[in-house]
This record gives sequence, structure tokens and C-alpha cells, in this order.
Amino acid sequence: MKTERKLEKQARTVRSGYLYILSLALSASRDTAKMDLNMDSNAPHSMGTTIIGVTYNGGVVLGADSRTSTGMYVANRASDKITQLTDNVYVCRSGSAADSQVVSDYVRYFLHQHTIQLGQPATVKVAANLIRLLSYNNKNMLETGLIVGGWDKYEGGKIFGIPLGGTLIEQPFAIGGSGSSYLYGFFDQAWKEGMTKDEAEQLVVKAVSLAIARDGASGGVVRTVVINSEGVTRNFYPGDKLQLWHEELEPQNSLLDILNSPTPEPMNI
Amino acid sequence: MSSIGTGYDLSVTTFSPDGRVFQIEYAAKAVDNSGTVIGIKCKDGIVMGVEKLIASKMMLPGSNRRIHSVHRHSGMAVAGLAADGRQIVARAKSEATNYQSVYGEPIPVKELAERVASYVHLCTLYWWLRPFGCGIILGGYDRDGPQLYMVEPSGISYRYFGAAIGKGKQAAKTEIEKLKLSEMTCREGVFEVAKIIYKVHDEAKDKAFELEMSWVCDESKQQLRKIHLFFDAFNSNPILLLATFCSDDLLEESKAAARTALEEMDAD
Repeated sequence: MKTERKLEKQARTVRSGYLYILSLALSASRDTAKMDLNMDSNAPHSMGTTIIGVTYNGGVVLGADSRTSTGMYVANRASDKITQLTDNVYVCRSGSAADSQVVSDYVRYFLHQHTIQLGQPATVKVAANLIRLLSYNNKNMLETGLIVGGWDKYEGGKIFGIPLGGTLIEQPFAIGGSGSSYLYGFFDQAWKEGMTKDEAEQLVVKAVSLAIARDGASGGVVRTVVINSEGVTRNFYPGDKLQLWHEELEPQNSLLDILNSPTPEPMNI
Repeated sequence: MSSIGTGYDLSVTTFSPDGRVFQIEYAAKAVDNSGTVIGIKCKDGIVMGVEKLIASKMMLPGSNRRIHSVHRHSGMAVAGLAADGRQIVARAKSEATNYQSVYGEPIPVKELAERVASYVHLCTLYWWLRPFGCGIILGGYDRDGPQLYMVEPSGISYRYFGAAIGKGKQAAKTEIEKLKLSEMTCREGVFEVAKIIYKVHDEAKDKAFELEMSWVCDESKQQLRKIHLFFDAFNSNPILLLATFCSDDLLEESKAAARTALEEMDAD
């Protein structure tokens, strides 16, 4: 509100209409406006996010970043977006933090009852179906994209993607969240059938870190969860352990090096 | 064996002094008055057979089915009051489809048996409902293999290798116990079931009967399929017809085998 009025005032004093038009444009796109200095800390927490689920020869690897944002403010820089549903099934959450937490909580509850009645661990497919039913039947109210991954003794490692709207799709690998836009091409090239556990985990970590580098709404650390017949392993990759990409690297033969010389003369190579 | 519970048998919500609920026991007697129903679990599947007593010669053979398909992978054979049985089957079908829509996978047979048993038991808890007068043999093939359950009017359900209910259940149970079920395939099991039903059928009391059979096994791709056996009224030779997927050679072979088996039986 304040920013809008301030800008409009500026616009009136400036001779050209350019700033006025700019101010209108800025007020129209509040979410992405870089000049939005008045953040609303009561805005819904959204997980900008990058989430990934990948099957490998013997199980699955789930990976996610750790940034939860409220508009431009990072509400939590080390959040855990990979939530447990049962001993053998986990879910990666993206979209609205509240919506995804509530859906996970309901499904955890249903699966717990189901496991007791069945007398054996629930299958990944059942977990995914329950998530899908909630997502689909409440599609008008929810805004959450989820990736369900786990291992069961009948089908082995499975990944199910449940994007906005509530469709259920079984995939060898799935990506989601705002950061996933930058990973489609990467996976087209880097994904292979029948990887080993280490190859799969390295792929996931590399992918999340690439997305973090480009997506403003993803950041923090990389968390992975490996699920196979032996059990579940959680791993943590802090920012300093991640590879640097492109513009994050030290410049080599940069034209800016001339600034360090005693007599910087531009255009004199 | 008949024990009357004078005064304590008027309502299903009354216990007798010696701890019995007579109404439930009377319901079980209704089951004992019906034609024999047997089910066996072979190493690769389940075979169920029903001795369908024909009330009138005007009835169309193949009508009045006693074995119902509950879901693709499971079926129930009903003994006792047929109308009660229809109600239970309808409920079982509804449970099975509901489970499939919620959990996304076919209902495990164990779960289905539990639900049917609770439903039957439900009707033994209220004075304004009478117990179901039917016994159910439920056979199915799920991810944990073939399974056979029997549900009694009291709501008890157990898992069995071989089960029999109805008129000839004692004799049928003795016959089933003689079989080596763990080594038998379903194809062999079909003949054994047919033989047992013929054996326990009481020629004196009930003249005509129709044998109805179904199986769910590896050969039927873990799906419930009907086996038709027609009792040829003229020369008492049964013609064994397996469902659509079998070839004519197999049909002829099974016809011949059934005939010889029955001749052997008659020779006993």
C-alpha cells in the first residue's frame, strides 16, 4: 500500500509518464516486484521449492531443497520438505506449506489404520492413491504438488507424482516445485534406467543444487532420503558441500581483472 | 442333537443360562438343511462346488446361481437361505469396490472375509434384526496367494484348506481330509470336488441336483471363473464344461475323465 502511494506521488512529479507506467506495472505484480520493501509476514507460507524423486535399481531416492518463503522473506531456510508417511513411504511436499502438511497428516493417519488392519506395511501405491483422493476431491481449496516415493515388498521402489489438480502418475522419476522448471532439460539428458544407489543420489543432489542456483524460491541445504529393502537413510548436504555452477564460480580471464591493475585503462587490451 | 432352549430362544439378544445364544444356533440349522457346499485350496488356487438341489424340473439349468463373483479375484459360495445370501453378496461386492476406490488396489481376501464376517455378526447384535440364515465359503486369490475362508451365521470366520457346509458336510469333510491338497493342482481339484459332491449327495432323500462349480487359480489368471457341470438326466453321465478359455480337446478329455471317475465311484 505504502509503496504504491509513494510511487504514484513520484510519478506525478516526473515529467515523462514512464515512471507512472512503471509504478502501475509494479503494483500489478506485487509477488515478483523487487521494490516490494513492505513484506507481509502474515502472507501464506509457500514453499517455492525444488522436489525430486528418482527410482534406482533396488529402491528410491527423494530429494528437496529447504527454503520456505513468505513472499520475499525466507521464513525457514532449513525446512524439511520430505515427510514420513509410513516406515517405508515418504512424501516430498511443494506448494502451500499448510496444505501439504495437512494432506500428509491425514494420509499418515489413514495409512496407520490401514497398516493395522492389513497386518503388514502399506504399499506405495496405496499411499499415493490416498494422497491423490484428497488432492483431487479438494482441488478447489488446495494448492500443493506432491511426490510420493517408497519401497514395498511386492513392487519394489516406486515413485508417484501427484501435481496440482490431483492426477496420479507413476513415473521412473518425478520433479516438482518452482525449481523443477529448470530441471526438465537436465533430466532428459542425465536420467538413465537402472542406476545404482550412489549414482541416483548424486544425480538428485546435483539436480537440486542446479535448481537452487537458478530459482529464487529454492535455496538452503539439500536433503535426501534413500528408501530400499534395508530401510531408510536420511542425508544432509549443506550449502558449502554443493558444487558451484557457472556464474557462482571464480571468474577466469574476466575483463574486470583490469580494475586491479594500478592504471586501469578500459578498452586497452 | 436337537436342544430346545425353552424361553431363552425367543430373541437373538438373550443368552441362555449355559451361555448360548439359541437364535444363532437355529440359524446354523437353516444352513445344515441346504445342499452341500464345499471349497478346497489347492496349491495354485481355490475350487468351490455347490450341490444345488433342484426344486422343480421346470427350472432352467444354470439359473439360481449359488456361487457369486465378488470381485475379479474372489467369489462366494452360499449355503442356506438364498435370499439372505444375496444380501451378503451385495454387501461384499460393495465393500470390495469401495476398498478398491479408496486404496487403489483389489481388496485382500483376508480383509474381505473380515468385513463379511463383521456384517454377518452385526445382525446377531440387535433384537430387531434376525441373524442371516446362511453360511458362506469365500475363496480368493490375491498378492499373498490363494485363500479360502468360511463365515458362519454367528459371524465367526476362519481360514481353511478345505471346508464344507450344508447337508452332507460331515461326509464331505471326511472326504476332503483324505485329499493331499498341498500337492494338488486346481485342474485335479475340480474332479475331486465333483466326485465328493456326487458321493455325499443323498439319492434317497433328494432326487435331482445340479452341480455348480467355480475356480480361481493360476490357470484362470487369478480371476474367478465358472465351471459348468450338467447332470445329464438320461444316462447319469455328467458333462464337464470348463469356461470359455479352454480348448475342445481339453473339454473332451475332461468329459471322458469325469465319466470314468463316476463309473469308478458307482462301482464302489
